[in-house]
Amino acid sequence: MTEGMKNIKKVLILGSGALKIGEAGEFDYSGSQAIKALKEERIQTVLINPNIATIQTSKFLADTVYFLPVKDYFVEKIIEKEKPDGILLSFGGQTALNCGLSLSKKGVFAKHYITVLGTPVSAILITEDREKFAAHLQKIGITTPKSLAVKNIKQALKAAETIGFPVMIRAGFALGGQGSGVAKNEQELFLIAQKAFSFVPQILVEEYLHHYKEIEYEVVRDTDDNCIAVCNMENMDPLGIHTGDSIVVAPSQTLTNFEYHYLRAVAIRIVRSLRIVGECNVQFALNPKPSQWRVASVGESETGPANWSNPPIEYYVIEVNARLSRSSALASKATGYPLAYVAAKLALKKNLITIKNKITHITQSCFEPSLDYVVVKIPRWDIEKFQGADERIGTGMKSVGEVMGIGRTFEEAYQKAIRMLDLDLDGATSTLMLTNGKTTEELLMIPTPRRMFAIAKAIKNGLSVQKIYSFTGIDPWFLYRIKHIVDQEKKLSKTKIFTKEHLWSLKRLGFSDKQIGNAFHTKGLDIRKLRKRMEVEPSILQIDTLAAEFPAKTNYLYLSYSARHNDIAPTKKKGVIVLGSGPYRIGCSVEFDWTSVITAMNLKTYGKKSIMINCNPETVSTDYDISSKLYFEGLTFEDIADIYDFECPFGVIVSMGGQTPNNRAKALKAYGCIILGTDPADIDKAEDRGKFSKLLDEIGIEQPAWNTFARLDTVLSFCEKVGYPVLIRPSFVLSGTMMRICYTKEELTILLSKEAFVSKDYPITVSKFIEEAKEIEFDAVAQGGRVIVSVISEHVENAGVHSGDATIVLPPQKIYIQTKRAIEDVGEKIARALFITGPFNIQFLAKENNIQVIEINLRSSRTFPFISKVTGIDFIKLSVDAFFHKTKENPHLKKRTDFLPFVAVKVPQFSFTRLTGADPVLHVEMASTGEVACFGETVEEAFLKGDLATGGKIPEKGIFISLGGEEQKHAFLENAQKLAALHLPLFATEKTAAFLKKHGIHAKRLYKIYEQKSPNVLHYFQKGIIDLAINLIEREEKKAAVDQYTIRRAAIDYNIPLFTNRQKATLFINAITQEKHSDLLVKSWDEYVRA
Amino acid sequence: MTGKLILEGNFIFEGQSFGAPLSGVGEVVFSTGMVGYPESLTDPSYTGQILILTYPLIGNYGVFDKRYWESDRIHVSGLIVSSYINTPSHFLNTMTLSTWLKKESIPALEISDTRFLTQKIRSHGTMLGKMVLTEDISFHDPNTDNLVERVSIKTVTKERGNPQGEWRGKRLILIDCGTKRNIVRSLLKRGVEVITVPWNFDATENLPHSFDGIVISNGPGDPTMAKETIENVRKALNKKIPLLGICLGHQILALAGGGKAYKLKFGHRSQNQPCLLAESKRCYITTQNHGFAIGKIPSGFTPWFTNANDGSNEGIKHKTLPFMSIQFHPEACPGPTDTEWIFDYFLERANMSS
Repeated sequence: MTEGMKNIKKVLILGSGALKIGEAGEFDYSGSQAIKALKEERIQTVLINPNIATIQTSKFLADTVYFLPVKDYFVEKIIEKEKPDGILLSFGGQTALNCGLSLSKKGVFAKHYITVLGTPVSAILITEDREKFAAHLQKIGITTPKSLAVKNIKQALKAAETIGFPVMIRAGFALGGQGSGVAKNEQELFLIAQKAFSFVPQILVEEYLHHYKEIEYEVVRDTDDNCIAVCNMENMDPLGIHTGDSIVVAPSQTLTNFEYHYLRAVAIRIVRSLRIVGECNVQFALNPKPSQWRVASVGESETGPANWSNPPIEYYVIEVNARLSRSSALASKATGYPLAYVAAKLALKKNLITIKNKITHITQSCFEPSLDYVVVKIPRWDIEKFQGADERIGTGMKSVGEVMGIGRTFEEAYQKAIRMLDLDLDGATSTLMLTNGKTTEELLMIPTPRRMFAIAKAIKNGLSVQKIYSFTGIDPWFLYRIKHIVDQEKKLSKTKIFTKEHLWSLKRLGFSDKQIGNAFHTKGLDIRKLRKRMEVEPSILQIDTLAAEFPAKTNYLYLSYSARHNDIAPTKKKGVIVLGSGPYRIGCSVEFDWTSVITAMNLKTYGKKSIMINCNPETVSTDYDISSKLYFEGLTFEDIADIYDFECPFGVIVSMGGQTPNNRAKALKAYGCIILGTDPADIDKAEDRGKFSKLLDEIGIEQPAWNTFARLDTVLSFCEKVGYPVLIRPSFVLSGTMMRICYTKEELTILLSKEAFVSKDYPITVSKFIEEAKEIEFDAVAQGGRVIVSVISEHVENAGVHSGDATIVLPPQKIYIQTKRAIEDVGEKIARALFITGPFNIQFLAKENNIQVIEINLRSSRTFPFISKVTGIDFIKLSVDAFFHKTKENPHLKKRTDFLPFVAVKVPQFSFTRLTGADPVLHVEMASTGEVACFGETVEEAFLKGDLATGGKIPEKGIFISLGGEEQKHAFLENAQKLAALHLPLFATEKTAAFLKKHGIHAKRLYKIYEQKSPNVLHYFQKGIIDLAINLIEREEKKAAVDQYTIRRAAIDYNIPLFTNRQKATLFINAITQEKHSDLLVKSWDEYVRA
Repeated sequence: MTGKLILEGNFIFEGQSFGAPLSGVGEVVFSTGMVGYPESLTDPSYTGQILILTYPLIGNYGVFDKRYWESDRIHVSGLIVSSYINTPSHFLNTMTLSTWLKKESIPALEISDTRFLTQKIRSHGTMLGKMVLTEDISFHDPNTDNLVERVSIKTVTKERGNPQGEWRGKRLILIDCGTKRNIVRSLLKRGVEVITVPWNFDATENLPHSFDGIVISNGPGDPTMAKETIENVRKALNKKIPLLGICLGHQILALAGGGKAYKLKFGHRSQNQPCLLAESKRCYITTQNHGFAIGKIPSGFTPWFTNANDGSNEGIKHKTLPFMSIQFHPEACPGPTDTEWIFDYFLERANMSS
């Protein structure tokens, strides 16, 4: 331990809470690394993070975990209780940083003698305040884009003159970036500003940096002022698209030595001037064609012409993040350098020179990685999953996840990354995303997730690279690489004789077997056979951080066709492949990283070495110290089969990484791979609706009536027979299903009349939807068809809300003992029938003691981390035991799940604020991006903690109620009475107000937004006097649907907690009427759950 | 057109040619820098060497104007890359790398598995090799030649070229053993006049009392081959003239002072070498390009810098007099500029700073 840090014996770490857009799995990685780094120094670690699905909240990491909101109140309580010596603020994203700054301001750290480790708060404050930041940089001679805040049009014109046209107009605090735009002259400025001032009091007039390159550096500094730039990255998309939504390449491709090292030196200068300790990210805008011949060398003033010794450079500093960030996680995975681990050591005032290099084991941590490959990060968006959401991307991040392709050519890395997205896209030339009726030019000009595919299309259509550049601002260097792919593909379709050399050259450009097969109208598997015969196989290469200069001992691997040797030897029968989750997306997130990681760790018990395959840079499973070997590769059949062929392992585990690996089971088995756990033939019986339904009938288990249809008339007659409502699942939608509930024939007819909604190629599945039914989760592990352990948890929301969006309670509070037994009985029957070995999950509907099966997954489910951490039973360990047929009958286990002396509630996190236009109503399609889980003595206490942890608030100002239809109104009456008892002003729409009045509750009537009359809902939302909105819609209600939507959307845009589901609203109202902040107990995980 | 890279021991690697259709011979070395191929190719220290660049995509930003090169021509005997990029994109680009190589009659091959070549050299040590594109040629060890003589300037030249700064009335001799242009630029930028002299020019004899210090430049090959330079530097040491040695200049200074040099297994050629500053907690990231190193440090000197990876010497400093030298490149180009302060430090020690 460093001198001066000897008194640090216990450190508090703030996590980032639930995954949300802009703050995702990368902070599980950074927090986990920090905890490991501290533990090595024998420092006791206390972690606050309500995100129960994370790896950092596992037993093997932090010594003490609090599943509580990362909010001032709770953190202060924990500080009082735990009395830590130090605190880490920079490992839990913006959430942790904001909370830390707030506590620091309140003097909480000073009061409790807590040292803020790492970068001083004063430095963070500078980076968080745009004006202070610009002033600071100016002081050290570094430029930021000019930006002026103005309050009227006159000021705006003056500001534009000062800055010089063209200017960028930004409307601060506007609904989803409305009112922003580029003004080339006074007239345009006038128009844009006028519009903007109609709804915001202040706008920003900024220097417009048209088609500037966006470049980032990840810099590390220690207290002795050693400072290194671990990685630089270039955004393929120009400035103006959030780096989280950009395609990012590492290292930079279009920078000369001078530019690279000039910006590197500036980044280091900034980091030193701020006295950063640990990690920092610096983002630059770089003019690809400097207009003025600015600049000399670092340390000198920035003005003057390009001098005789240096070429010109024109750049601005855009942003500095004085903490671990998404970019630093990406940089860490791109280079193999453990940034978060090193940053944590530096926070303890260690010198960079003294930190061992855990990657190479023979070189230093104080060095800058050299790459002999290129990485391409591509975001994964799921915008089309949100009704009404605007798919344009820009300065606000919208993606929900990302992948990183590694290759020795750009083309290889780029095409790999496209396939890693797991959207059935074969490569750069895929046209799947180009079917939305827009022209190629429109798709190029307006940035959306489709743009990268429009580039290939445009090239194919003969549009010049220069033209595409002018539309997109994507540097011609990248466009020429994509053109290379297009040209080769074109040539391929004309090829008659296919040579080995040709195959090599295609594989070097990242063409998959399937892509090549497409050109010949043959299957990928046939190309694979040919390829194997020709001995065209990928090389297994190490990410060694030093471009092979020294023999590094790293286990971090990738595949490439731009090599003819393997860096390592196969593990053979000692190895077991664990398939990870792939990119985070709606429906697949950190929970499947947790299951993969714990699986890999448990393989040691059986003397096996874990071989992880995953392609998501935001994960812990892709950390250097999790598995024996890490293949940073995609999860397509070809990738897995190539690795399998090389490693010749004992087997492969497909059931721990969510649905993606599960989908590969059949093909892998057919290829001859040994699958550990349930036989893929049995998996198929569960996955295939027809087969599964037949099985249920055979063993006498009920399910809602359903069928698959290819024709409209048969759908209608089926629905008449079973009765409405019905649940519709079309099969053509990209990135999953787009499920709907139809309550009437009319509704159904309108839906089906949409183009090609139902056809022979795209049949739809229709099932009877049961209303007012409870939904219940059954999670279990079985071995050889016998259930070893199971647990039942219940949804708060009735059926109709996707299980991923549901609030889940454990132990269940409202399930009859008979129902529970019946569910367990069905679980056992199904396990037997499918001869299940390993994890599985069944979803049930329950109505009046009658249960029906609605879904089954023969894999670990989203709830596995939750149930494992709540019951204290490691479902993953038991699953691994089952894979090796080593579980033992343990009646103890079953009892434990029955008598939990507390309640835990899992609460979803939504990111609607980020998705302009998206309707925040809960429905059958999943929309949440993350989750938390909290504990309590009662369901209300646990839920309230969870709600607060996901952005909720206990109302203190006013409550808005809008209830659609008679049924909802009556059902809500008791709740309304409870709310009235809070003595807060109530507001309601016309009919709701009248209804409440009839029952003796006074609510001020507000006009709906479209009514445009005062007092209006919108104005009351804007004024900030409402801090709870309840909007329950009547299902058949269509007339008012648009207005209901605008109310919901406005609530989201003004950051007002919103409830749209009656059961959830009821639970919330019960919670806030029963519990006060002070009633919410501050207890750690181990105070609830015995190990 | 295809060609072969043949390493001693008859290891043959085939590749696509993108340079001149000529054969080339030399010592095969690799560099792990990710940027700066024009700077490396024009670095005279690479004379007699076939250079493998480990970064797989080369040619990305084309070739910029001569005034930003490190000398007036390409010095490598040949270039090996994994993928050559023929579609450069940069506002400074004047021609493609391929065009340039052809113009300068330098052979170049695309051999996809440069990583394997690197590993081979790393485990075997630097190897002799030849690039056979046309006629077969025989291996040749460039370290048996006086490469310095080949690349050094032929006549004395004087520069006082900083249009932005004042001349401070101070004058330096730069012994050109194959200097990189940025050493000159770095000195001129600091307001001193630079008299560049040939490798065997005896400044103490021929230009007595007309200068304030000597800089011994980088350069190619085995330092013991530059006997006359060593001799001249020894004279300067005796006259207590302030001395700064860079790379080969460092080795020459050490040899002149009575130290000893040895050949490294495969050299240091990269932009990420960590060097520890003696008696401090500081570590600097440096650019390096050398095959030889200093073993025995001359008496009166102490180690100044040490390589954090392999512990080899990276710089020496006289205990009392303004004699100093570094194995790495404070002038960078390519690479990080973190040690540029060494020029200031030297000028200060030599009483030449304002």
